[in-house]
Amino acid sequence: MTGTINIDGQNIPFEEGQTIIEAATAAGIYIPHLCHKPGYTPHGSCKLCTVKVNGRNCSACTFPAADGQTVINNSDELQQDRRRITQMLFVEGNHMCPSCEKSGNCQLQGVAYHLNMLDNHFPHFFAHREVDASHPDILIDHNRCIFCNLCVRASKEKDGKNVFAIAGRGINKRLIVNSPSGQLKDSDIAPGDCAAHVCPTGAILIKRTGYQVPIGQRIYDHHQISEVALAEETGHGE
Amino acid sequence: MANKIKVATTSLAGCFGCHMSFLDIDERLVALAEVAEFDRSPITDIEHCGPCDIGLIEGGVCNSENVHVLREFRKNCKILVAVGACAINGGLPAMRNPIALEDCLLEAYRDGIGVENAQIPSDPELPLLLNKVHPIHEVVKVDYFLPGCPPSADVFWTFLTALLEGREPTLPYELVHYD
Repeated sequence: MTGTINIDGQNIPFEEGQTIIEAATAAGIYIPHLCHKPGYTPHGSCKLCTVKVNGRNCSACTFPAADGQTVINNSDELQQDRRRITQMLFVEGNHMCPSCEKSGNCQLQGVAYHLNMLDNHFPHFFAHREVDASHPDILIDHNRCIFCNLCVRASKEKDGKNVFAIAGRGINKRLIVNSPSGQLKDSDIAPGDCAAHVCPTGAILIKRTGYQVPIGQRIYDHHQISEVALAEETGHGE
Repeated sequence: MANKIKVATTSLAGCFGCHMSFLDIDERLVALAEVAEFDRSPITDIEHCGPCDIGLIEGGVCNSENVHVLREFRKNCKILVAVGACAINGGLPAMRNPIALEDCLLEAYRDGIGVENAQIPSDPELPLLLNKVHPIHEVVKVDYFLPGCPPSADVFWTFLTALLEGREPTLPYELVHYD
């Protein structure tokens, strides 16, 4: 089935099996997202891509496009919801941008900039989270993990391994490593793996690569994540 | 000149980097001085804040004195502004939060490498530390936030000129950053 959906007054075509976010991206319409990545199984966990479909809130990354849908993406209400969701992500972890190697290239930050998020609104958790620096080439800083599941999916779907999983529920949720010691050095991850590069924040980093790009030349210094994401994701071959 | 806008500034648990960045508006300080005057501020050395139009707060809240100063500002300033990462999310000082205060003090003043005459400072003149460092919005109502570490001079200028001209301040994409 193919057909047309209407996003914010604009009619766009979709193809059989496409989700709303896939149809939108193909048409050059940006819907904010963090856990969605073209070519990966949709996860629908970050809720940033929440849109109104025929009056109901849905995750655009998991909801199939269907002929005649009326989708609202860019409304003040949805942008405010997305800002609050992003603020919750910031206060749940310990996102100290001035001391983070990913700053300027971080999608969490990029989305927050895009939403003109100027404060964190909620009380901070200041949770105690560990750093796993055991691996010679790859660092995990759990303070920055937003549980988007992308590293889990990358390891399984792209690398053919099974290095990561999310354990626990709710506030006890955490990223775990599949190795006898639970440490990254004892897992079978390699620096070239997709799982080592897919993290949208600074939670999984390649060591000795931080701060190589000067301020002013980083991804989101002058370009909004809306244009960066569309440039990267439009026409992505599935 | 009568009826100048009154501005007060302070640094709580901050490094004065935001104040330095504020001064980076350079010659625009002259234009600002024509319409605004400083009340309590490191620039004037006035010790207590009188009734003001705008209060700029740098730094988070890490000790009892910070709480008193912040409340004094909130009481006296019509518009209270959180300036910089530390005021907004606790910033670098808040990186001690996941560690127990006692452990922080023992590491810094007794067990750390190179400590001589080990003793935890206990002079009654010193304000007591809080268990955690707090962003200022967890203590008082905050009207505006200027992110950045520090916010650039252009952030201060864009924000203050909008307020002084009676416009609602907004920051364009290029001026919003957290580092």
